[in-house]
Amino acid sequence: MSDAPLQHTPLNELHLELGAKMVPFAGYAMPVSYPAGILAEHRHCRDSAALFDVSHMGQVRLVGDDAALALESLVPVDVVDLAPGRQRYGFFTNAAGGILDDLMITRRENDLLVIVNAGCKDADMRHLQTNIGHRCSVVPMPERALLALQGPKAAAAIARLAPDLAKLTFMTGAFARIAGTDCFATRSGYTGEDGYEISVPAEQAVALARALLALPEVKPAGLGARDTLRLEAGLCLYGHDIDDTKTPVEAGLTWAIQKVRRAGGARHGGYPGAAVIDKQLGAGVTCKRVGLVGLERMPVREGAIIVDAQGHKLGRVTSGTLAPTVDKPIAMAYLAANHALPNHEVYAEVRGKRQPMRVSPMPFAPHRYFRG
Amino acid sequence: MTTMYTPDHEWINIEDHEAATVGITHHAQDALGDVVFVDLPEVGRTFKKGDIAGVVESVKAAADLFMPVTGEIVEVNEALRADPSLANTDPLGNGWFFKVHIAEAGMAEFDQLMDGPAYDKLLKTA
Repeated sequence: MSDAPLQHTPLNELHLELGAKMVPFAGYAMPVSYPAGILAEHRHCRDSAALFDVSHMGQVRLVGDDAALALESLVPVDVVDLAPGRQRYGFFTNAAGGILDDLMITRRENDLLVIVNAGCKDADMRHLQTNIGHRCSVVPMPERALLALQGPKAAAAIARLAPDLAKLTFMTGAFARIAGTDCFATRSGYTGEDGYEISVPAEQAVALARALLALPEVKPAGLGARDTLRLEAGLCLYGHDIDDTKTPVEAGLTWAIQKVRRAGGARHGGYPGAAVIDKQLGAGVTCKRVGLVGLERMPVREGAIIVDAQGHKLGRVTSGTLAPTVDKPIAMAYLAANHALPNHEVYAEVRGKRQPMRVSPMPFAPHRYFRG
Repeated sequence: MTTMYTPDHEWINIEDHEAATVGITHHAQDALGDVVFVDLPEVGRTFKKGDIAGVVESVKAAADLFMPVTGEIVEVNEALRADPSLANTDPLGNGWFFKVHIAEAGMAEFDQLMDGPAYDKLLKTA
């Protein structure tokens, strides 16, 4: 970690006012939890609606007629055919097919809005500028904050402030005026629940957050709950479950690579690592990301080694916790492909003890997206 | 004083010399957050002062439980094992972790721990 002073999001004062426990994360002081605590915040998101400050994430616009095709030279995703108002998940890859960052792309009338991870955003901006800056304008948006409102009551709650937002379906977005602020909202998130991510001018972020928190369904939630929620939803955390040494095929993210970008497709390849990824799509991989559910209570965390009944190493855990909703230890791990089989029993080594776990389909908690 | 504190934010109470009670402080439970799992030592095992005798885990992290004095584990809190949140709601009472029969060397170790005012001072300067 660098010694550079921590940056603050536009909601910093509000977090302190709400009694948040602040921690350093990706160069920012961020709320890990509020006085309710991670468990209560997690449950509130699953039962009602939780408000997260995710303003540390990078927002960037790509502007110009060639922007979609240019972006396709960096991601194995169909951006060209993305209709206005629609959103897609994707990732930047390197020459070996490894994942440089994962991201969300939304096509708007006049640009593409790309949201990237906080820890990668400086490198991502350079990556975009260097590789496609001559084909489109790469416009970082540090002047905007990002709020996420997530949970089964998020839509009903926000509809009282902006009725049109109820019409959005999962992975679509629209400009909206919410409580007097000019926003761009997408119906998406990182919890497995229905909900919205809302891009708002920094100077209006506190007013928006206060308006949302004033809704009876809504309570604040921190990064701690965000992490347990996304893990139950089977969603990868960059730098842990995916990184530049793992390809999208190994990570089980091939659903995000549309046919048109694969071998035989109309715009196949043309992004870094395409040869590696196409080969893996055809021939398979030797190690794969899987979900694991513990058969006992002991939490299994990142770094735990997974072994077979004879003690042979099969892989390593990349994320894990005792899941609040599932009420069992859950984890993601990379396992040798011949062990990455449903219901296969393996063992996690925790403090010298072997904890039995079963390979499990993900998500661990069902997704409850609103698809219309 | 019958209750003393360690720099690792544990307390030990020796009202019962044969079975001194050990737990974590309010400060420790607050720093950990929601406790969801405890790994308690086996009854009958002997540990030296500073040995890792167990583990307390919140949703976020796992923290070691250190033996505050040399001695033998004579009882563990089964109620805490069943409901780890007792460590949050009643850390100085029903959320105790284990009881120790203090070894001879352990009594001198106990006397070197912090008393209440010294521990409060540590919290203020930390």
